[in-house]
Amino acid sequence: MNKLIISPAPHIHSGDSISKNMYAVLLALVPAYLVGLYFFGIGAFVVSITAVLSCIIFEFLIQKFIFKTTTTIHDGSAMLTGLLLAFNLPSNLPIWIIIIGALVAIGIGKMSFGGLGNNPFNPALVGRVFLLISFPVQMTTWPKPIPFNTSYLDAETAATPLAMIKYNFGNLPEKMDLLIGNMGGSIGEVSAIALILGGIYLLIKRVITWHIPVSMLVTTFLFTGILHLINPSLYVSPDIHLLTGGLLLGAIFMATDYATSPMNTVAQLVYGIGIGLITVTIRLFGAYPEGVSFAILIMNGVTPLLNLYVKPKRFGAPKTKKN
Amino acid sequence: MKTFTFGGIHTADMKLSAGKKIQIVPIPSEVIIPLEQHIGAPTNPVVAVGETVKVGQLIGKAVGFISANIHSSVSGKVTKIDTVIDAWGYKRPAVYIAVEGDEWMENIDKKDVVRKEITTKREDIIQKIADAGIVGLGGACFPTHVKLSPPPNTKAELLLINAVECEPYLTCDHQLMLEKAEEIIVGIQILMTVLQVNKAIIGIENNKKDAISLLQQITSSYSTIEVCPLAMCYPQGGEKQLIEAITKKQVPSGQLPINIGIVVQNVATTYAIYEAVQKNKPLIERVITVTGKKVAKPGNFLVRIGTPLRVPLDMAGGMPEDTGKIIGGGPMMGRAFMNADVPVTKRSAGLLVMPTLESARKEMQNCIRCAKCVTACPMGLEPYLLMSQAEKSMWKEMEETYITDCIECGCCLFSCPSNRPLLDYLRMGKSTVLEQIRNRVQKVN
Ligand code: SF4
Ligand code: SF4
Repeated sequence: MNKLIISPAPHIHSGDSISKNMYAVLLALVPAYLVGLYFFGIGAFVVSITAVLSCIIFEFLIQKFIFKTTTTIHDGSAMLTGLLLAFNLPSNLPIWIIIIGALVAIGIGKMSFGGLGNNPFNPALVGRVFLLISFPVQMTTWPKPIPFNTSYLDAETAATPLAMIKYNFGNLPEKMDLLIGNMGGSIGEVSAIALILGGIYLLIKRVITWHIPVSMLVTTFLFTGILHLINPSLYVSPDIHLLTGGLLLGAIFMATDYATSPMNTVAQLVYGIGIGLITVTIRLFGAYPEGVSFAILIMNGVTPLLNLYVKPKRFGAPKTKKN
Repeated sequence: MKTFTFGGIHTADMKLSAGKKIQIVPIPSEVIIPLEQHIGAPTNPVVAVGETVKVGQLIGKAVGFISANIHSSVSGKVTKIDTVIDAWGYKRPAVYIAVEGDEWMENIDKKDVVRKEITTKREDIIQKIADAGIVGLGGACFPTHVKLSPPPNTKAELLLINAVECEPYLTCDHQLMLEKAEEIIVGIQILMTVLQVNKAIIGIENNKKDAISLLQQITSSYSTIEVCPLAMCYPQGGEKQLIEAITKKQVPSGQLPINIGIVVQNVATTYAIYEAVQKNKPLIERVITVTGKKVAKPGNFLVRIGTPLRVPLDMAGGMPEDTGKIIGGGPMMGRAFMNADVPVTKRSAGLLVMPTLESARKEMQNCIRCAKCVTACPMGLEPYLLMSQAEKSMWKEMEETYITDCIECGCCLFSCPSNRPLLDYLRMGKSTVLEQIRNRVQKVN
C-alpha cells in the first residue's frame, strides 16, 4: 500500500482560492464593462485592453526579472487591477498614458510592497490618482456617451454630472440616464444598475460582505441629504450623489479590496463611514468635483490603525473593558 | 430555527452512513486495550500476564481524581502488558488479551430490555459512573464523573444534551438516537437526578429530522425534557457554541459552562451512563462510523474497545484502492492515523477514509488579508494575526490576542483561500502560551 498522508486537522477545505475570488470579481465587473463598451465604444475597448495587458505584463516582468520568483499572473489579480484601472479612466485616454498608469499601479502600488496582500493602498487607485495629478487635462475630459462610438482619441467630449454641479453649468442628465449610465464619466463608473448587479453577485458568492459598501453609501446619502435639506439650492439631492462620480464603483469594487480594507466587520463599518464622509467633503468643499478615489486611498492609510484598535467582537468577552 | 451567532462555517454534510443500522462487529482473536484513553492520568494495570479476565473486568485502575477506569472488553487471557504504538504514533502502555469465548462479569445485565426505573441512590450514581470508566464520548474524553461533580460555589441549573454531531460524515450519534432513544431518555433522567436540575434540553441539528421527531415523540410525556432543533452550522457541537445556540448565553472567556449553571453531556455519553447505572455495564464498546467517499459500504458499527480498526473497516468493504489518508474522527477535528491496525479506543468516533486527491493540503499562498478567517472564527478571534505572531514566536502578544480562547475547531483554516496553515500555528502557540501560564501560576504559588 502506498504511504498514507499524515497532516493535522482540519482535513477538508472550503475550496476557496485566491483566483476564485479574483475571477468572481472580474465576472461581477462584466455588466458594467458591457455598458461601458456600449456607451464609449472603441475607446473603451482600447483603453481597457491596454490597461489589462500592461498590468499583466508588468507583473510578469517584475516577478520574473526583479523578484526572480514564479509568477502569479494566472491568479487573476493583475488582470483585475488592470480592469479596475481602466474602469476609472476616460475612454479617450492615449495609450502611452495608460501604460504609465499600469506601471505605477503594479510597480509602485502592488509590487514595491511585496505583491498581493502586502500592499497598503489599492493599486488601481494609486495608478489612477497618479495619472490624475500628472495629466490633469487628459484625465478630466470625458467623451460623450454615444452608443457604439467609433472614435477614440478625437471623441466628442462631455462634462460629468459632478463637474456640472461643482462649476454650475449644463443640465444634469435624467434620473433614468443616471441609472443606466448614459452620462459622461470614466468607462466603468457610469452604470448604477450594472454595478449593483455585480455587487449582488459578489454578496451571494460571499466574496465581499455588505459592511463596507452599505456603510459607505448610507453615510454619503445621509451627509448629502442633510445638507440638501438645509439648503436645497446649494446642495443637490443625495440620490444624485449616490449615482454619480464612481461612488458605486468605489463602494462595491474598490473599497472592498481585501488587502487594503480592515480585517473585521466592526472596523469595516468605521472604514466605510470614513470613506463616505471624506468623499462628500471633497466633492462639496474641496478642489475636485470627485472625491471617491482620494477618500478610499486616505482610508486605506487608516486601515492599519483600524486593525490595531478596532477589534472584532470576541465570544464571551467580559462586558467591562479590561477584566 | 436557533443556531449560534459568532462565525461558523457551512460544510458539505456528507452523511453517507445516515440511517444505516448499527452492525455488531465480531470479536477479534486479540484485543489491545491502551491503559490511557482519557484526559488525565493513565491508569495502573491491575491484572497480571497469564491471568484470565472476563468481559467488563477492571484491568486499569484510575489514578488520582482526573482519570478513568479501563475494563476488559473481551474474555480471555492477558498475554502481555506492553506498549502499543497508538493511532498518533505515540507509545502507550496497553494490555494485550487473547480472546477465549465471551464470558461476562456476572453483575452485568445483558438483557436487551429498557430498564426505566432508576433505583440507584443519587450518591451512588456518580460512583457507578466513575467505576464504569465513562468519559466524554464527543471527542474530549474527559472523565464524566469529574464533570458531574461541580466545583465549589457552582450549581447546575440546566442540562444540555449534545446531539448536534456537526462533524461532516459522522453518523454514530444519530444512529444511536434512532435505535436507543428510550435508553437515552433514561440516561438524561439519571443525569438530571445527579445534577439536581429540573430542566434538560436536547440540541440536535436539523439534518437529523427522524431523530428529532422520534425524541420529540418520546419526550412529549416529560415536562422537563425538551428537544431543540438547530439550524446546521459547524462547530455547533462545541460546548460554548451549543450553549449560546440554545440559551443565548455566552460562557465568559476563560470559564466553564458550570460557571453559568450549565452542564453539557454528549448523547453517546448519556447512553453509556444509562448502561453503567441501569445495567452495571462499564464502557467496553462504542458505536463508530466507518465512512468515506470511496468506501464500499459506509456504516455504523458497535465495536469492542481494543479491536483493530481494520476489522470494522473490512466490514465496510475494506480499505479502498484510492486511499490517501485515514482519519480517526471527523474531517474537521479528527486526526490522521498512520495505519488501520491501531485499536479502537473510547475516543474513536469514526474512521474516515479520504481519497488521495482530497488528502494533501494545497500549497500555501500569501495572506491576501481577505478576513475570511476572522469572519469564520466562532470565538471572535483574529487567526491571521495569531498565525503571524506564532511565526515570530511572539507568545506574549498571542496571549494578549486571546489565543487561549481558541477551541481548535479549524474553521479558519477551512475558510482560508490562500490555504494558510493557520490552525497548525495556532495550536503550537496555544500550547506554548498555556505552558507559560502554568509556569507563572507555579511561580506565584
Ligand atoms: S481554530 Fe481557533 S482561531 Fe481558528 S476558527 Fe476555530 S476558534 Fe477560531
Ligand atoms: S483567510 Fe487566509 S488569506 Fe484571508 S485573511 Fe485569513 S489568513 Fe489571510
